[in-house]
Amino acid sequence: MLTTHALVLAIMLFCLGLVGLLSRRNILYMLLSLEIMLNAASLAFIAGGARWGQADGEVMFLFILTLAAAEVSVALGIVLQLSYRFQTLDADAFSEMKG
Amino acid sequence: MEVLFYIAAAVTLLATVRVITHVHAVHALLYLVVALIALALIFYLLGAQFAAALEIIIYGGAIMVLFIFVVMLLGPLAAEQEKSWLTPGTWVGPSVLALVLLGEVGYLIAAGDHLPIDFMETREKGVSIILYGPYVIGVELASMLLLPGLIGAYHLGRRVPKESR
Repeated sequence: MLTTHALVLAIMLFCLGLVGLLSRRNILYMLLSLEIMLNAASLAFIAGGARWGQADGEVMFLFILTLAAAEVSVALGIVLQLSYRFQTLDADAFSEMKG
Repeated sequence: MEVLFYIAAAVTLLATVRVITHVHAVHALLYLVVALIALALIFYLLGAQFAAALEIIIYGGAIMVLFIFVVMLLGPLAAEQEKSWLTPGTWVGPSVLALVLLGEVGYLIAAGDHLPIDFMETREKGVSIILYGPYVIGVELASMLLLPGLIGAYHLGRRVPKESR
């Protein structure tokens, strides 16, 4: 019962992160929303591991943690470079590639 | 146990909503730290003690410190701006949420309603055995991910001189 509700909480957190990612245009907040979504994914893994009493969920949590650390360090470097070059953090201003 | 889980879940959701609706980056980071600590408490209640400790140490500690460093590097921190950031009204919300979590932890310690020690030990032992057993290829891939992450962060973090842009 607790693990089912933990999965529901993970879904709600993921949706909140997705809403934040789609609605905010500040690139720092988009990064924070990505962190929220990664946390929701790790909560889903932990809940699954607790549901079946296996250690696999916590192993996947360790991998997600490693991924988040690497992702955050590189992404924050990109944020610093963008703020140096464009003097803003608005994601709509970074349109030099005309994508 | 269930009531503690629902309170921690409510704290997580509230703090997360405040993160994505806030305007000031420092305030959003304060709420995100509270959300991460609440999530660590949920991990503990689900029986993943090691994951809860890692969530606090690495997410709430290391990654949030990185974010705060970058926020401090981004804007020129004028004195009046710092004053407007540090008014008492800004940290009341995170403090109340964190006090709720502190009350939960105090209740857990006072009640002594823990999982049996031998069960906890075997679960943690299972994590390490399975991590270096069937999942050893994942450990290798993580090391291959972390080294480019280090080099990439070093390369991107430099301030480019003006004439070479």
